[in-house]
Amino acid sequence: MSEIKKEWPLWEVFIRSKQGLSHKHVGSLRAADAKMAIENARDVYTRRSEGISIWVTESVNVHASNPTEQGPMFEPSDDKVYRHPTFYEVPEGVGHM
Amino acid sequence: MFNFVAMQVENDVKQMEEQFQAKIDADIRIEPRDWMPEKYRKTLIRQMSQHAHSEVVGMLPEANWITRAPSLRRKVALLAKVQDEAGHGLYLYSACETLGADREETIDDLHSGKAKYSSIFNYPTITWADIGAIGWLVDGAAIVNQVALQKTSYGPYARAMVKICKEESFHQRQGYEIITVLANGTPAQKAMAQDALNRWWWPSLMMFGPTDADSPNTQQSMAWRIKRHTNDDLRQMFIDATVKQAEVAGLTIPDKDLKWNEERGHYDFGEIDWEEFYNVIKGNGPCNKQRIEARKKAKEEGMWVREAAMAYAEKQKTKTKAA
Repeated sequence: MSEIKKEWPLWEVFIRSKQGLSHKHVGSLRAADAKMAIENARDVYTRRSEGISIWVTESVNVHASNPTEQGPMFEPSDDKVYRHPTFYEVPEGVGHM
Repeated sequence: MFNFVAMQVENDVKQMEEQFQAKIDADIRIEPRDWMPEKYRKTLIRQMSQHAHSEVVGMLPEANWITRAPSLRRKVALLAKVQDEAGHGLYLYSACETLGADREETIDDLHSGKAKYSSIFNYPTITWADIGAIGWLVDGAAIVNQVALQKTSYGPYARAMVKICKEESFHQRQGYEIITVLANGTPAQKAMAQDALNRWWWPSLMMFGPTDADSPNTQQSMAWRIKRHTNDDLRQMFIDATVKQAEVAGLTIPDKDLKWNEERGHYDFGEIDWEEFYNVIKGNGPCNKQRIEARKKAKEEGMWVREAAMAYAEKQKTKTKAA
């Protein structure tokens, strides 16, 4: 029998608060498997009807952008004002467009 | 050449520290993977883990009365409150983990005495009125502190505080309800409520920590906006808010120096017994040993359950792979 890992892995928890809204990250917890992670997430994060659906994923499976490269990563969109409607002039009297 | 490299590194760190402080000053929250000074990380882990431990140890004095709550209404409320404290501990442990603190190590530090928790939980709950006093005063003091921490500079800590504050307001109200019902009851019940107030008042004031003059870490924590108010400011806010509540309940706060100061716009209050505070922190409070023993016992006796759950999970994984 292979050696059993002692510590339960860390899971990230995402909750949909109501139909029509997307799941939102709320925090993390420890659990032995996905089923337990969902049950624990219910007890830890939805004690006051905060959710109707729960997603969990092991934290090791989350890949993230590097915060120190935040500048070069997101800068390209900062100078593209022409992507916003306010960049364009519309004659008066046309009203809301 | 080597010296030049060392200097370069030092300059880089200095520059990063300046950028970090500029972010703090602009009230931009710090998130887990952002660069931060090592001391900021350590201070946060210490403060958040102490906070987590306080939530968890805080369940013990209250759990003492769950089976003896005087009515079903009181029992469901107390159960829900204690379950909330467990949840609050978990939000905070998980916030600690975002800074790379190992969960098991964090908990072992509590058990070895290396990590502290709020001194208030080392006092015993000897009557039912103590449950009322804890909700009213201890949770009341915790709320003052936690409301301020909703604006703390570390994102996960601030978010945990927002959630905790939402949940805590019922804790204080249920405690105050217990106290007012007793205070309006028979003379014996009223005496019980007053006795609880007498015993919990001063330890509640100590929850805010030493005076600003004796709190060497405050200045740096304020500069990093981990703390948003000093210990003395928070203590004053709590006193100002609580005096009226005691009056309405018809109870007397056990401080002969307590008096409204028109000029300051605050209540003046008597000297806190700091010797008692430091003595309890050092481990000599009425229940320190009992609390830590209970936590250790819970960990040790639950070990086989955690191991069995892990073994089951591993087995299921192997089965799925085989299939």
